[in-house]
Amino acid sequence: MAQEFTSRLHIPKAPFRPDEEPDFSYLDIPSPESSSKPEPLIDPNAIRHMAYGLVRVLDDDHKAKGEWHPQLSADKLRFGLKKMMHVRAFDDRMFAMQRQGKLCFYLKCTGEEAVAVAQAMALDQQDMCFPTYRQQGLLFARGYPVVDMMCQCLSNSRDNLKGRQLPVLYSWKEGGFFTVSGNLATQYCQAVGWAMASAYKGEDHIAAAWVGDGSTAEADVYHALQFSSTYQAPVILNVVNNQWAISTPQSFASAGTTFAARSLGFHIPGIRVDGNDFLAVYAVTQWAAQRARNGGGPTFIELFTYRVASHSTSDNPDAYRSPKEAELWPLGDPITRLKNHLISLGEWSEEQHLALQQELKESVTADWQEALSYGSLEEGPHWPLSSMFDDVFKELPQHLQIQRQKMEHGHE
Amino acid sequence: MSKMNMVQAINSALDIKMSQDPCVLVMGEDVGFFGGVFRCTEGLYQKHGPHRSLDMPIAEGGIIATAIGMGVNGLRPVVEIQFADYIYPAFDQIVSELARLRHRSGGEFWAPVTIRTPCGGGIRGGQTHSQSPEGIFTHVCGLKTVMPSNPYDAKGLLISAIEDDDPVLFFEPKRIYNGPFDGDHNKPSVSWANHPLGEVPEEHYSIPIGQATISQAGNDVTVLAYGTMVHVAAAAIKQSGIDAELIDLRSLVPLDLNTIANSVKKTGRCVVIHEATRTGGYGAELVAEVQEECFWHLLAPIERVTGWDTPYPHAFEWEYFPSQERIIEALQRTLENR
Ligand SMILES: Cc1ncc(C[n+]2csc(CCOP(=O)(O)OP(=O)(O)O)c2C)c(N)n1
Ligand SMILES: [Mg+2]
Repeated sequence: MAQEFTSRLHIPKAPFRPDEEPDFSYLDIPSPESSSKPEPLIDPNAIRHMAYGLVRVLDDDHKAKGEWHPQLSADKLRFGLKKMMHVRAFDDRMFAMQRQGKLCFYLKCTGEEAVAVAQAMALDQQDMCFPTYRQQGLLFARGYPVVDMMCQCLSNSRDNLKGRQLPVLYSWKEGGFFTVSGNLATQYCQAVGWAMASAYKGEDHIAAAWVGDGSTAEADVYHALQFSSTYQAPVILNVVNNQWAISTPQSFASAGTTFAARSLGFHIPGIRVDGNDFLAVYAVTQWAAQRARNGGGPTFIELFTYRVASHSTSDNPDAYRSPKEAELWPLGDPITRLKNHLISLGEWSEEQHLALQQELKESVTADWQEALSYGSLEEGPHWPLSSMFDDVFKELPQHLQIQRQKMEHGHE
Repeated sequence: MSKMNMVQAINSALDIKMSQDPCVLVMGEDVGFFGGVFRCTEGLYQKHGPHRSLDMPIAEGGIIATAIGMGVNGLRPVVEIQFADYIYPAFDQIVSELARLRHRSGGEFWAPVTIRTPCGGGIRGGQTHSQSPEGIFTHVCGLKTVMPSNPYDAKGLLISAIEDDDPVLFFEPKRIYNGPFDGDHNKPSVSWANHPLGEVPEEHYSIPIGQATISQAGNDVTVLAYGTMVHVAAAAIKQSGIDAELIDLRSLVPLDLNTIANSVKKTGRCVVIHEATRTGGYGAELVAEVQEECFWHLLAPIERVTGWDTPYPHAFEWEYFPSQERIIEALQRTLENR
């Protein structure tokens, strides 16, 4: 028998495993008034502390406070609330449809709706988004038809991706939503290139990219930081820290500090924001967009949030984390918080909220019926089989013409 | 017409495209102010401005990712990867992103990126400056892969690559940047000045991607080669006195199978040559295509002459590099079968 090692190897730990009672009191949650808002063109070195802070606007009493308060109209707040609720209704429906076997796969963003919805609203419609699979909220905020999203998930005859991608890996060129890759983080530095081209052409459109906490370990993230810093590219680089990367806790990538701190060595402002606070997310994104548009270069934003749902329909989180985490998450739920804020302003009510919830549920159900009428993965109709060979190249080369013919008519 | 070596021909192609199209820019390590370690981008920074001849941080994955983003946003980046041996950090960006962007987005997005990279051995570069990784990329659908063997083709093909809306990998055999090389390292090096394909028009012209050229007509055996090996093969054919037809593929994907098949059907014999390692190399694909198209015309097994399946050596470079002798032996073996 070989002798056992007395191992000294450090292995990061999850805060709580399934049989443990979550207690998030170790998290430092500052009040909205404690964060000051710098000028957008400030030297990043002057705001290094922001990488370790947490920008918040909505206080526990549902009031908006502090220098970051973006002073949005009630209409705009209601629009944001409605979009977040629409995302949630959509996610719930699609998740259920997967469970009923109508979809092969689905992935929710429950608890993270404020990230994509508020950020899309703070950007211009012409700004280019390089999202991950968890920013479906961008599509809602920018007005992509829900039926089209469903058709993508169904790989049916109306799928704009012609049946080539897994559900949720959307693409919408017209709406500035880049084709989502299944490979994590690969698009992060592409966003920098897009932003560099914008500056090269003298345009003032900016780019925004997203990556998850776990995916920050990929080299692409450091390429993006390096290149955006070198060329002062007009880009917003976001890290959605939802605490988990499938079963792996954020501590495997965070290096024992905040993700926002990672940009400091690149002389890029790193800002950590309460990702469940619609107003704070909006304000920080607006600040970064202003900085980028005025020649200030990139901003690195860590959106501190919590992944309430399973990673995807293929995942069972009860096997690796405490089921009570979501409920005890100290930063609450983004929809509830914005709803309570609007109610406290006298601009919304429980009744309106329930009515809207019902309306969205019904509209998603109707959209699903329509989407199904264009077919499904299992039953079709799909795109014509021969379309598989299209778009490999702009024009079909001879060897693909031959292969297509063989596939359609048998050998020779 | 003027005399150009391959570096000057490449530089001329870049200069012409940058002058014609403000969306074309060159980028990579040391390509800007200095003009590239092989001087291919010399003077472009000074002539077209620093924003069009971008020096870049040493991160090949970042360089290609950035080029993809630029391509998506309407530019036509021409990237230089300093040595093909250093293309691997960008492998994921090339294979998973650049090559598949158009297809995965249902035709919504694409990036017309050209990747230029010096490849091949014969320069005493050891295993980190001598590789020929073209076969790794020809296996990837969605990429076009070309390798010129002379200044004239280099310029015409590079212009086509830049104008192409699909991504193109443009391999530059660095041993023949300054002159053709017949494989005999003991001979003094020769320049392109006395070679007919060192005569290059100053102006814009293009050579379509996907067309091979018959370097030398013959009747008894077809020799398929590309890059430096075209010159080694030509010398071997000459020395052997064999009546061989030498085809310079120029473009590996798409492949000009018609020209190849017509020749093999005529000669009934085929020898495939490349510098790259043997197993799973592009030569294997060529052999497969030739036997599928020409099986009933073949009079002998198809031969391959390639680098050995070892890392590219330093001390034993000339035992590794496919020599005229090895090519002649292969030609003779195929002809023995009657
Ligand atoms: C390059 C690559 N490696 C691994 C995977 C498999 N994978 C898919 S999602 C995921 C976890 C990502 O976690 P995180 O970045 O935190 O994003 P989240 O899912 O939490 O939004 C992994 C490992 C992948 N898709 N791509
Ligand atoms: Mg995560």
